[in-house]
Amino acid sequence: MSAELTPPLPETPPRTSYLTAGYGVKSWLLTRDHKRIALLYLASITFFFFLGGLFALLIRLELLTPEGDLVQPETYNKLFTMHGIVMVFFFLIPSIPTVLGNFFIPMMIGAKDLAFPRLNLLSWYIYMVGGLFTLWAVVHGGVDTGWTFYAPYSTVSSSTHVLAAAIGIFITGFSSILTGLNFIVTIHTMRAPGMTWFRLPLFVWSHYATSLIFVLGTPVIAVTLLLVALERIFHLGFFDPALGGDPVLFQHLFWFYSHPAVYIMVLPAMGVVSEIVPTFSRKSVFGYRFVAYASVAIAVLGFLVWGHHMFVSGQSVYAGLFFSLLSFFVAIPSAVKVFNWTATMYKASISWRTPMLYAMGFVGLFTIGGLTGLFLASLGVDVHVHDTYFIIAHFHYIMVGGAIMGYLGGIHYWWPKISGKMYPEGLAKFAAFVVFVGFNLTFFPQFILGYLGMPRRYHSYPPEFQVLNVMSTAGASILGFGYLLPLAYLFWSMRYGKDASSNPWGATGLEWRTTSPPPTENFPVTPVVDWEPYEYRPKTEVAAVG
Amino acid sequence: MRTDFPLFPDSASTIAPQVDHLYFYLLAVSAFFSVLIALLVIVFAIKFRRRSENDLPPTIHGSLLLEAAWSAIPLGIALSFFVWGAKIYFTMNRPPDDSLQVYVVAKQWMWKLQHADGTREINELHVPLGRPIELKMTSEDVIHSFFVPAFRIKKDVVPGRYSTAWFQATKAGRYHLFCSQYCGTNHAKMIGWVDVMAPIDYQNWLAAGGGSGSLAAAGAALFQQHACNSCHRPDSQARGPNLEGLFGRTITLSSGRTIVADESYIRESILNPTAKLVEGFQPIMPTYQGLITEEGVLEIIAYIRSLQHPNPASGTRMLPPTNRMPAPNRPGQEPRGPEERKPVNEGEGERERNP
Repeated sequence: MSAELTPPLPETPPRTSYLTAGYGVKSWLLTRDHKRIALLYLASITFFFFLGGLFALLIRLELLTPEGDLVQPETYNKLFTMHGIVMVFFFLIPSIPTVLGNFFIPMMIGAKDLAFPRLNLLSWYIYMVGGLFTLWAVVHGGVDTGWTFYAPYSTVSSSTHVLAAAIGIFITGFSSILTGLNFIVTIHTMRAPGMTWFRLPLFVWSHYATSLIFVLGTPVIAVTLLLVALERIFHLGFFDPALGGDPVLFQHLFWFYSHPAVYIMVLPAMGVVSEIVPTFSRKSVFGYRFVAYASVAIAVLGFLVWGHHMFVSGQSVYAGLFFSLLSFFVAIPSAVKVFNWTATMYKASISWRTPMLYAMGFVGLFTIGGLTGLFLASLGVDVHVHDTYFIIAHFHYIMVGGAIMGYLGGIHYWWPKISGKMYPEGLAKFAAFVVFVGFNLTFFPQFILGYLGMPRRYHSYPPEFQVLNVMSTAGASILGFGYLLPLAYLFWSMRYGKDASSNPWGATGLEWRTTSPPPTENFPVTPVVDWEPYEYRPKTEVAAVG
Repeated sequence: MRTDFPLFPDSASTIAPQVDHLYFYLLAVSAFFSVLIALLVIVFAIKFRRRSENDLPPTIHGSLLLEAAWSAIPLGIALSFFVWGAKIYFTMNRPPDDSLQVYVVAKQWMWKLQHADGTREINELHVPLGRPIELKMTSEDVIHSFFVPAFRIKKDVVPGRYSTAWFQATKAGRYHLFCSQYCGTNHAKMIGWVDVMAPIDYQNWLAAGGGSGSLAAAGAALFQQHACNSCHRPDSQARGPNLEGLFGRTITLSSGRTIVADESYIRESILNPTAKLVEGFQPIMPTYQGLITEEGVLEIIAYIRSLQHPNPASGTRMLPPTNRMPAPNRPGQEPRGPEERKPVNEGEGERERNP
């Protein structure tokens, strides 16, 4: 069977790419090109990722011994708070949408840019201003409320920089809202001729679902943090019972956003996996429509399960029942996705390249993360494991095992398109392996610790928990090394890497039907789409080749 | 570093095996699906690896039957988790009627525990084996959470309200009591112990260390001291509702609503008296916010609870043992304030005003 998978592009003479379209700081800081803005985000979130990672490292070092002997308790509390705030609000939430989404949504739908390029640049500036507030809080002594800001501790008890951190998150929220708005309008209005809704790559579907959460959920966290600030400054009684408020109200408001925010983190990673698996299987996604609808179902149901964070908070038993049931429902579309990705690999032609390794890692780790979520949705078991290391392990399987594996897979997958260079394959495979091993060694022991009853956010702990903590710390150091490798070799490849062809993986998406790196306008001629998504039948012509 | 390390927690309450059984079921199902997915991914990745750059696998668009199967089967299994988990949760939230009451006041960063006979402890709770213990808990400052892993119970301790948890220990021993809701600097030091003792040892312990008066007696003293009795009297000229037989009764508010007079209601009526006014009374009671500590409020509640009508049906379960020997404070016990140290020698029955 001969496979003219994707027609070779006529190798056009070197044209200006978006990377060479302008030089100098101004050409970057005032750019309206979605691809350049994506790179601005890439640099910023990489900084925050390693900052958050540094906090994690110190946390793990403190937990090497049962005694609180490395840092003071105040410092430890600030470390896990800043780790959470930086990783959640400044890395995980923006990560895939603002870098890969920003770069590839317009390219995947055959557009020249997002609908509102200036708004896109503004989003990055807003993100940076929010980030600076948070950095100010870090430098001036930090904040110790936990990333969850639970009242009344955050409003009356903590004497740290709660306001600066809250303002930082408040501001950054607007960047999310604007990005979500931009994606929604772009996906609705800027699809190329022939690019119908059910020809959209699943990456675009999952970003559409994510954008809905951005737009509908983020205002709630903004308002909640505003109420915290008002109570702190003006002693208006919202949450503090001494002022007539209700502390449990805070938890309802906080989780109304922050549970959907989990899906903000993982839906885009699912989108990445939905691109990588068919490409390296050379096969259409199994059950395309089910995977697409599952994204939307997750986004909608995700708004109705916040109360499962509050089974021991004293909320009504019947409310608990309701939230438990809905939490089981939201597990179903996630399960459907996992089964469909796996089925896609059946009778496929699987190439063991780095992105595929990350995608397979994602499927395995997300499965464990999702299944342990069922433990937490089960009321009787949640009471025991709530606020223990079981929770920590569970959500790191989702956010690190899921979201970050997806992110790294996506970065490797699209790196040839972004940079025009190939990354070193052997080293990259090795790094993927190190990340996988380090990750499991870090977080698997924490499930056992959690069921044993070790509470989270403990600066010191009873000695019987030490062995598992030592394993976890050992794993974290391996994981940290695994994360430094791509940072090093991707930089290296920008200068020394082999030039990438337009479509090194033989993928079907529109983003592969233009040069690597793409020109500023993405496509010299607007493409016309007359094929189905992930269609790997031999095709000898494609409508729009520049 | 210890080389003996546990992988599974002690199981020392009636609830613990129930939680564990559901946990094992969840583990089995999770292990099955994790291994299934992992095996499929690995087997496919090897069996269907790319053999030539010209491979072109067959197009398979999907299968409605498969999609239906792998939606419906997980849903069915999930619903079994739901029902089982809910059943345990209901048990956890329904303390048995014959429970011993223990009052818990949490503050940064300690647990203050009061037994019905007035015995106080800090960061250490002694309980008898085989008796259900009901915890009525509140916090003086921020949210804490009462967590005993060996019992598989956990409940947030929230300022401004009472939360309830209960357990019945099945194995004598000493078990960790953790604060599991982050509460500030020394959160990790807010650790105590639950000592489960054979009933006879527990009685001896109470007798040896015991309180110098029941909680209800301390509450009666506070009731006098704050002149509550000048309005809350059983006669017809009383400006406040008669409190005898109040506890647990359904009362009608001035708004027409009815409400059960439980701990939370009485607490609110002391600290914010006009919030829920009883029908037929004027909003004239001043607030006692800031004048009475959380422990004082609990004592007054214990006192009001003791003011049952004669021949109470089930109202006696709270009655503390009488004729206690006064004993000096032991280390680890909170010193008692002067007004609380007033000797109160009358038994419960003698305080009944309406014989």
